[in-house]
Amino acid sequence: MSGQGAISVAFKGALGQFELDAAFTAPSRGITGLFGPSGCGKTAVLRCIAGLHRVDDGLCVIDGEAWQDNASFRPTHRRAIGYVFQEASLFPHLSVRRNLLFGAGEARSPGSKSIAFDEVVELLGLARLLGRSPVNLSGGERQRVAIGRALMSQPKLLLMDEPLSALDSQTKDELLPFLERLHDRLQLPVIYVSHDLAEIERLADHLVLMRKGRIIASGALSDLQSDPTLPLAMSRGAAVSLDAVVEAYDPRYGLATLVVDGGRFLAPSPMVASGEKRRLKIFASDVSLARQPPGASTIINTMKARILSATPLGEHEIIVVLGIGIDGGGARILARVTKRSWDSLELTEGMELYAQVKGVALIAP
Amino acid sequence: MFGLSPEILTSIRLTLELASVTTIILLILGTPIAWWLARSRAWWKEAAATIVALPIVLPPTVLGFYLLVALGPSGPGGLIAGLWGARTLAFSFEGLVIGSVIYSLPFVVQPIRNAFQAMGDRPLEAAATLRASPFKAFWTVAVPLARPGFLTGAILGFAHTVGEFGIVLMIGGNIPGKTNVMSVSIYNYVETLQWREANILSAGMAAFAFAVILAMILIDKHVAQAGR
Repeated sequence: MSGQGAISVAFKGALGQFELDAAFTAPSRGITGLFGPSGCGKTAVLRCIAGLHRVDDGLCVIDGEAWQDNASFRPTHRRAIGYVFQEASLFPHLSVRRNLLFGAGEARSPGSKSIAFDEVVELLGLARLLGRSPVNLSGGERQRVAIGRALMSQPKLLLMDEPLSALDSQTKDELLPFLERLHDRLQLPVIYVSHDLAEIERLADHLVLMRKGRIIASGALSDLQSDPTLPLAMSRGAAVSLDAVVEAYDPRYGLATLVVDGGRFLAPSPMVASGEKRRLKIFASDVSLARQPPGASTIINTMKARILSATPLGEHEIIVVLGIGIDGGGARILARVTKRSWDSLELTEGMELYAQVKGVALIAP
Repeated sequence: MFGLSPEILTSIRLTLELASVTTIILLILGTPIAWWLARSRAWWKEAAATIVALPIVLPPTVLGFYLLVALGPSGPGGLIAGLWGARTLAFSFEGLVIGSVIYSLPFVVQPIRNAFQAMGDRPLEAAATLRASPFKAFWTVAVPLARPGFLTGAILGFAHTVGEFGIVLMIGGNIPGKTNVMSVSIYNYVETLQWREANILSAGMAAFAFAVILAMILIDKHVAQAGR
């Protein structure tokens, strides 16, 4: 992937004491999560993309447009970005309305669909705030204004640097639906930096994993979640996120039938309409395996699957990657089983069996 | 007016003229210096800051002496004065302005520099991500955010120029209507035992100083409240 339809970046060099050597390519649509522990250089990468940091050996090509290469460096104010900082960083001397309009006059983006003021106000619920000073807003309100301000500059790429991390968990939960709406309604690629896996699991389509200034993996979210060579699958909270479409809803039991690649899941849910998109989360610890079709059980999700790989986790446990559907060609899920079960059931890689999924959570939108 | 002699009025007018011209020049000159001192990473930045600050600690007579030499017929000031046929910049209003600008520079640069520094990089970065050129970011973000610093700087620069004495005496001489500003007039009145006039001017200066400091405190309070 390079050129059209892609975000290609490569930054190598020292930023103060920090050594950055990060290169990745991501699709220029949907949300790309940039994930890693604090201090691993996520923000540095984002600032390089924005042109706020400059490393000499850098490449930044967005949809075929070179913002930085060996020969050129476009200054920040000439890059069609929106940047949402960790702290909202609104201009305290301007009203909310004038903050929103600050970048709007400067924006020229011929060809691309422009976002109207009223649309931004509606999308982020800002109507009540327009006449106020940013000084008197709550943290969540400020961050919403900051997102709106970034959108009003008509960016081709939205960069978000841990936009929720300065907020308390309640405000976070208030703001997440706004971000999901953004994702659904706007055709705007987003690079979303976070050290909180729960946010990434809810929002990201593509994932870039970072550690100590380097990229350790880049790929579709569920691919990386189910890759046993990466730390996500081997963590205690290992889980996969699957994008699903609602096929039916049974109001008697409050259960939605959700179709994923290669199978169906039933999940408890408030009323949803058929055809709506939802994201499921399945923990490795909620999946158990059986060689025979299980008999009557309270577990409502049982399906055929194939063992694609098995990786020891510590001494007594095994992380099993399963492909669901015919020949295991569908979506991948993880199961964490004990070594004892593995041995007593005489499981092997490539074997077809039954996966029982005890818990399926709808995490988004 | 108020039974003041034309002499005193001329002296007041001259003082206000000098302080106004000086303040305007100081804002124009001091802002880029303050910006540079606040944002540059040059290693010799603090050395430059020290030079700007020197007039705070140098005795006015020392500064006045060097200025006299510099502005006199054989200094660079003499060369400049030659452009319009004069022999020297010393003992002229222009000379007083130059001296006042140098003498009051730190009082204007320091508050503006502090304001630019307190603001940090973030507002400018945010402006840049919103397509604002450095020029637009400076005028629409940095200057409004540094407004209290500009206010303090302008008031201090103005007041300090009104109150200067040593330098004026050294490079201005004592020429009525030309370099005879209030502080020098007071000195003259005392020398010639005109206590009434000295009293009027001194009381006026004291009231002026009081008003300036009060204004600064009130402005500062207002700004702190708005910042909450």
